Amino acid sequence: MTTVLFYILGFIMLTATLLCITRRNPVHAVIYLVAGFFALALMFYLLGAPLAAAWQIIVYAGAIMVLFLFIIMMLGLAPQETPEGPGWRRWGPLVLLSASLMVCTVLLIMQDPAAGKEIGDFYLAPQAVGESLFGRYVLAVEMVSFQLLFATIGAYLLGRPLSKGEGQ
Amino acid sequence: MNEMLISLALILVKLGLIFGVVLTMAAYLVLAERKILGRMQLRYGPNRIGPGGMIEPMCDVIKLITKEDFIPDRADKWVFLFAPGLTALTALLSFAVVPFAPPLTLFGREIPMVVCDLNIGLLYIFGLSSLAVYGVVLGGWASNSKYSLLGAMRGLAQLLSYELALGLALVPVVMSAKSFSLTEIVMAQSTWPNILQHPLAFIIFMISVTAESKRTPFDMPEAENEIVAGFHTEYSGMRLGLFFVGEYSNLIVIGAMTTVFFLGGWHGPFLPPVVWFIMKVLFVAFIFIWMRGSMPRPRYDQLMHFGWKVLIPLALLNVVVSGAIRIALN
Repeated sequence: MTTVLFYILGFIMLTATLLCITRRNPVHAVIYLVAGFFALALMFYLLGAPLAAAWQIIVYAGAIMVLFLFIIMMLGLAPQETPEGPGWRRWGPLVLLSASLMVCTVLLIMQDPAAGKEIGDFYLAPQAVGESLFGRYVLAVEMVSFQLLFATIGAYLLGRPLSKGEGQ
Repeated sequence: MNEMLISLALILVKLGLIFGVVLTMAAYLVLAERKILGRMQLRYGPNRIGPGGMIEPMCDVIKLITKEDFIPDRADKWVFLFAPGLTALTALLSFAVVPFAPPLTLFGREIPMVVCDLNIGLLYIFGLSSLAVYGVVLGGWASNSKYSLLGAMRGLAQLLSYELALGLALVPVVMSAKSFSLTEIVMAQSTWPNILQHPLAFIIFMISVTAESKRTPFDMPEAENEIVAGFHTEYSGMRLGLFFVGEYSNLIVIGAMTTVFFLGGWHGPFLPPVVWFIMKVLFVAFIFIWMRGSMPRPRYDQLMHFGWKVLIPLALLNVVVSGAIRIALN
């Protein structure tokens, strides 16, 4: 049952992501990417990590992609007009690089001794995540939150109204 | 096999019951809102069809279904068609984790009075409410009208900003229940409802949930005297109706959330638990209708400033203070 679900979700995820990068219309791309995120969240749930699934939806689908949409709307594209995409010359090298990366990944996974083994029953309760985040990894959590604080201050500095005699 | 069939049947019965009750309640909330607002403005409100206007909601539905389903010429057709459904869907799905009574024992088996008691129930509701923004944004964008787009952008920024305050206001509630599960949050309030323990969190929650539901006084995404009707300007017929199904089911969701998180859920003296639950939900819905009848709309920038500069710092402070009190008491 779990294996079947895994393959269905994997198929949805790959299809949605593929459709996302091939759509010319940015809003359609966002919709497909969100569909992919949903499949990913269900995958986390399937692997026994409901909290990671909830975060995937709340943070990625519910906040980050919404910000993407905001930017797209700021661009002011009407639904009917879609921008011209770059030609083969522009994205040919990118495809080549990604393809070689993928080959490397597949080779690495095949060499990994843990590959192909059953994970077994695993369930991560939300409490356990909280305990390890604020117990064992508290230093990392604090460092990340300081970085976020710096980023906030930086954003404020860039976005503050200019005082007189500045920026001329 | 038999066991599985019974649990499947139970889930289906619960789903059918919840959908029936919620959709009927949503339809009659529209009528209640029109009647209460009418009384507040010294007029009668709808009273023509049926005794006291009781058949009015059915007539509204028939009217909406038989109206032309209009699609603007240069709209993005598919996105335009599915956006209203998204709004209604996210509101209705939230009911899956709402416990409306304590577990019932029937024929020797314990039946939980909730469709699915997820251990991340609170985050599930939170995730759905953060997805609700897609219906507004995609609907407004796909209409290809400047008023719709303005409404969509307003809605997006507003929902995104107030979600933070909403989430932070619920942190003390989770702290005292020590769980994300809605059933356990209700269980933890058997002696004192959370509103007495966390009054500030309750106020922050109520304000941000009003902004999340896009209702007056925070209905800037559809402010009719500035941007026609905002994100649903171009919609007609039952698709417009779906936006309203979403809005009014959302009102019941908010009632249920407030009841579960702050008002003690099904707990209450004398009356059966389900009755208490429904009464509390309806009371919260009434407060929202009351607010609509008595509050003016602030300016858009005032709304954003209030959210980011007052509500979020206050909510953060509240988390720190209630955490400190919790540690000091232990």
